[in-house]
Amino acid sequence: MTGGLEAFLQGTIRTATPLALAAMGETIAERAGVINIGLEGSIIAGALAATIAAPGLGVGAGMVAAMAAGLVVALLFALFVVTLRADQIITGTAISMLALGATGTIYRLLYGQMGAALTVPTIGTMRIPGISTIPIVGRALFEQPAVTYVAYVLVPLIAWWMYRTHAGLALRAIGESPEAAAASGVRVARLRTLAIAVDGLLGGLAGATLVLAQAGTFVEGMSAGRGFIAIAIVALGRWQPIGVALAALVFGAASALQYFFQAAGTHAPYQLFLALPYLLTLVALATARGRSIAPAALARAEEAE
Amino acid sequence: MTGEALALVSDVLVRATPLALTGLAVAIAFRGGVWNIGADGQFLAGATLAAWIGVMLGATHAALPLALLTGAAAGAAWAGIAGILRSRFGVLEVISTIMLNFVAAFGVSYLVRGPLQEPTHVYPQTSSIGTAAELPVLVPGTRIHAGVLIALALTIAAWWAMRHTAAGFRLRATGANPFAARSAGLVDAERVTMRAFLLSGALAGLAGAVEVCGVTYALYENLSPGYGYTAIAVALLARLNPIGTFVAAILFGALEVAASALQREAAIPSTTATVVEATVILAVITVADWRARRVERAA
Repeated sequence: MTGGLEAFLQGTIRTATPLALAAMGETIAERAGVINIGLEGSIIAGALAATIAAPGLGVGAGMVAAMAAGLVVALLFALFVVTLRADQIITGTAISMLALGATGTIYRLLYGQMGAALTVPTIGTMRIPGISTIPIVGRALFEQPAVTYVAYVLVPLIAWWMYRTHAGLALRAIGESPEAAAASGVRVARLRTLAIAVDGLLGGLAGATLVLAQAGTFVEGMSAGRGFIAIAIVALGRWQPIGVALAALVFGAASALQYFFQAAGTHAPYQLFLALPYLLTLVALATARGRSIAPAALARAEEAE
Repeated sequence: MTGEALALVSDVLVRATPLALTGLAVAIAFRGGVWNIGADGQFLAGATLAAWIGVMLGATHAALPLALLTGAAAGAAWAGIAGILRSRFGVLEVISTIMLNFVAAFGVSYLVRGPLQEPTHVYPQTSSIGTAAELPVLVPGTRIHAGVLIALALTIAAWWAMRHTAAGFRLRATGANPFAARSAGLVDAERVTMRAFLLSGALAGLAGAVEVCGVTYALYENLSPGYGYTAIAVALLARLNPIGTFVAAILFGALEVAASALQREAAIPSTTATVVEATVILAVITVADWRARRVERAA
């Protein structure tokens, strides 16, 4: 039983890692008033870039390439949303479709029509000496790929940055009232572009995680809606970094439970467990009644300047 | 018409029908200021109820109309959840409709492996619907089904209602500026918004029901290859005009059929169709922006 629990916890952290990375990026964008539905596009672009770069140049280069690809997709989104002041929802949907289509096309052109079974080098797990021997949670938390530890560091770092620095304050200000922020000297367009860029970088890293730390191969559409899941996670975490990280664990646990049941050979309706976090998010949003927890300017095209 | 050309027309129309209905669903929602990106989930809700009715009552004469109507009702109910969440609890429908898409997809996955699975329990799908629940084939020897006519009729009805009825005016006024519409005393903006959710969901749900009754005759996972998202491209290319959505749906249907053919014949990846669709959306946005700026400068 302990073994099962340990495997479940390890699976939770493992599935939660790319979700948490993407959701941290999306938190930053949404706190700046931008809902980036194009995040799905950054993730899949990152996954493909990692697949192309890693075999020849190594996993480190794969990670960098993935972040660059995620950034390019995000900057395209920013061009429309910030520069042209286009609708965020429509643009985001288009950017996701564009990236899913383009990565599919590039993949088929590079690796053949149906895509040969492709093997990409992966990063192994890194055991942290000492604390990884803590019973039950030790191995789950501290015997993971390095990218998971990046997520551990990023969460408190982003929380600190968002609430304890001037830049973080400016970011939150443009998400609540871009007009007021602009009046007090914040360069709204530039800061929003930066927030979107960070979202893209982390989305790309999430894509790299899928390929280099988990699957070891590329499959068309392997982002599998994680960009949208990240948006759910941000909402469940109430737009606060620590809350978002915990929400990522909830979604990770729901997926891990699925494998747990399948491994146990029971015919439990695992799809219901998979649907649960989404329902939980809806309930969480609905019960926040009276307190507006979403950034006030979210999804609104910015009119200042 | 040669057999080959007829087969091509058939493929295009079969592909265009769900796009026309979901495109209309999105156009009406957007016109009313409702950002429904959950047409996919509503499509699945409609398909599920239609399949259930079609299997249960497939031998009775009322099966087809009942399947279509309950399908539309299911789509409306699914969208209605997002509508209530917005009006009562202030939850952005962009977020809630995405959640509901996932819930619908998992729901279908559960049903076709659980309570609604075909009796042999081999395939993850429902039994075939009864013949009485099938939409009639219009041209013998092709797959063209009466769903095309349903889509066309509803397109014309929506176009007429949007232009010539008070309800259509209220929808456009609320979508353009809910605060102005309310303070002009014209409109109970909340009620109009709720109706936009329901109508949009009903059309998307009907699209799912038509797909089951006219094409697949059963419910299974991944019944929709993302119709709800392509529908956004369809609606935008049509500039949210109902007649335009039908034309755009035919165009996109043709595009997707052509892409599959190119993949077979010329090894050009069929995913390029998605790239073209996304580029269309971005182009429409850019042109709209360019026009707005010209107007601004002229003023």
